[in-house]
Amino acid sequence: MEVFLQQLINGLTLGSIYGLIAIGYTMVFGIIGMVNFAHGDVFMVGGFIALMCFMILTAWLGLAVIPSLLLVLLIGMILTGLWNWTIERVAYRPLRGSFRLAPLISAIGMSIFLANLVQVLQGPRNKPLPPMIQGNFVLMGSESTTVVLAYKQIVIVVVTVALLIAFWWLVQKTPLGRAQRACEQDRKMAALLGIDVDRTISITFVIGAALAAVAGVMYLMYYGVVSFSDGFVPGVKAFTAAVLGGIGSLPGAVLGGLLIGLIETMWSAYFTIDYKDVAAFSILAITLIFLPTGILGRPEVEKV
Amino acid sequence: MTIAAQTSLPAARAAESQIPKAAREAGFAALVMLGLSFPILALRTEQNMSNELILTSRWSWALIACIAVFIARFVQILFRSALAKTLTVFGSLVLLGGLARAAGAAFDTFAASVFAIGVALVALGLVWERRAATTPPSTRTAAERFAWFAPAKPYVAPFALGLLAAYPLLALAAVGQGGSIKWIDNFGIQILIYIMLGWGLNIVVGLAGLLDLGYVAFYAVGAYAYALISTQVIPATFPGLGVWAFWICLPISGLLAALWGILLGFPVLRLRGDYLAIVTLAFGEIIRLVLINWVDFSNGYAGISSIPRPSFFGVPFNASDEGFAALFGLEFSPIYRTIFLYYVILCLALLTAFVTVRLRRLPVGRAWEALREDEIACRSLGINTTNTKLTAFALGAMFGGFAGCFFAARQGFISPESFTFLESAQVLAIVVLGGTGSLLGVVIASIALVGGFEILRELDFLKQVFGESFDPTQYRTLLFGLSMVLIMLWKPRGLVSTREPTAFLKESKAVSSSLVKEGHG
Repeated sequence: MEVFLQQLINGLTLGSIYGLIAIGYTMVFGIIGMVNFAHGDVFMVGGFIALMCFMILTAWLGLAVIPSLLLVLLIGMILTGLWNWTIERVAYRPLRGSFRLAPLISAIGMSIFLANLVQVLQGPRNKPLPPMIQGNFVLMGSESTTVVLAYKQIVIVVVTVALLIAFWWLVQKTPLGRAQRACEQDRKMAALLGIDVDRTISITFVIGAALAAVAGVMYLMYYGVVSFSDGFVPGVKAFTAAVLGGIGSLPGAVLGGLLIGLIETMWSAYFTIDYKDVAAFSILAITLIFLPTGILGRPEVEKV
Repeated sequence: MTIAAQTSLPAARAAESQIPKAAREAGFAALVMLGLSFPILALRTEQNMSNELILTSRWSWALIACIAVFIARFVQILFRSALAKTLTVFGSLVLLGGLARAAGAAFDTFAASVFAIGVALVALGLVWERRAATTPPSTRTAAERFAWFAPAKPYVAPFALGLLAAYPLLALAAVGQGGSIKWIDNFGIQILIYIMLGWGLNIVVGLAGLLDLGYVAFYAVGAYAYALISTQVIPATFPGLGVWAFWICLPISGLLAALWGILLGFPVLRLRGDYLAIVTLAFGEIIRLVLINWVDFSNGYAGISSIPRPSFFGVPFNASDEGFAALFGLEFSPIYRTIFLYYVILCLALLTAFVTVRLRRLPVGRAWEALREDEIACRSLGINTTNTKLTAFALGAMFGGFAGCFFAARQGFISPESFTFLESAQVLAIVVLGGTGSLLGVVIASIALVGGFEILRELDFLKQVFGESFDPTQYRTLLFGLSMVLIMLWKPRGLVSTREPTAFLKESKAVSSSLVKEGHG
């Protein structure tokens, strides 16, 4: 029971991070029907920006940890958003309306480019940071096993939930969100009704990147280390989460993220840690075979 | 910044009103670049003696990047001719490089020559732009422009094949025995492996239109099948067959890979498009992770070493009396094996191409292409879509398995490191960049990407520009990713943009690739 509770907490924390990244995939897919393969690496870039901003703020400017974390979140969201905006503008927008593989290949190229750019500029080694937030609650304790809820886990889950509420409000209640949903349903019709489609798509990329940047900060806070190759595996898992939840569906992305996080931690705890990624991918394959559009995805309607 | 602004004046006289707009846009682009470069480029994280991270700044890099972006954007808006744009931007970058070198080290003859090249390129770009601005745009179509080439067309394929067949001998003649191993092995064999993989994947992506992001899984199955059978099974059961190991395992590897293709394909081929893509990617990763973690089976990260090398149909390539050299009365040299390997992979690749070409004329090939164009129509005509897709998947996997078997035999050592997603991406990129469905395109793209990759190893002179610590191979993957993006932007349909139709009325004419649905998934 203690092990299960502990893994539930860990899995929810990890799942929050995956969910935040998965939203970026699912939004971009929803609006332009493209798999933004570079999104995992945008997340990694966000982690690096967070790391360096945090160092500037604490080591150079001497700020305390909590205010610098808040600033890092803000700066990271803006700068990562700028990165994704530029990527969309340079690598994807010229290919819009081209055949489907072209933007995908461009995105794979972008993903390789970003990872190696960071490797060349920042060196291939892991970048460790001393823990930002220490301490934890002991929820349940016996001699051998204790269930521990670390402060950083609380921060991660709280920030994620707060962001999701803000994001849900943005998509459901604001003119911007309405424009976005309109573009998702029918881009041509939205354009005819006076929505600036290019701008809406750009903003979608910026929002996706901002959420990925938050995930990057959380990842850095949780693991205390980031490296240039950290984009691929979380990226693929978040994509898996998006597909598992039903790609194009925002609650699906979060649900998928939480499921993948839980599967991963539970598998590591009860079976073997070596095969945790295999478990996540296998569950994806099995789910897709029985639910071909994911858990919350809308069934594809074929028109002849 | 100022250099470009002044020197581009004459060419831009015709479009003087464009200059403020171009300057505005370029200024904006430079500002964006400044934002992008802020922490990642302008600062560097390093570990100090006590293993703590420290930051060092390098704002000059960010400045150079911003200037380069300003020039590129300025020229891009102002100039009309693509060639002039390229020349001017490239020349300006060379000029900047010379400037950085002069500022960093000293204004020596080397910096001066870099400067001269930069100025010459910029001048050439300006002249060309002026010419392009004064002459009316050509109205000839691409077909008319290449009309002079038409009579030579039937001879292109035989000539290319002849060149491929003669390549090792040409290399031998050009650089001698010692130097040619590198050229045959790193360039010839390496490129041919990717051509073969590209042609194999082309059956899946190009003909059947299924997006496969995990093709490397079958490559891995083939490689591990050969490695395990030849190092474990054959010595334990039929040690006498040792020299024939490669020739026995080649078909087995292909069949095993095809079997895996069927096993993996059967449940997932009901899925379409991106779902299929992610599941194939997942399977590619699963196979790699299992190879890493199942140490008893595959020896994990450490990989499998001392895999037997292929023999010349039973005659080993060694210095013994029964070896290849002794048998033919030649002096022993490793070059014979390299040349032999070259011909083996050439034959395997040509087999793939031959099968592809012939299959397009068989009912199953027609069914693949019909399926790619319209799945619903196929179903209404009674084509069993799952089986049709499965044959394409299995056949593609089989050729991947052959290539993997060859790869293991050539390397003599394999580990899961060789079968990462990057490899799948590279093969897919070759297929798409070449022009999905075009056999010739795969060849061109392999030569450009893989050959270009290998060429980077040879660029030692760049050390003079950027200092001794500069290692061009470090930038290989970076440039690979960048070139994928750039080629897609330049030619979204791939380098070869015409397709041979399978069925036609009276005569076969090449059609534009925008008329087919290759790779729509």
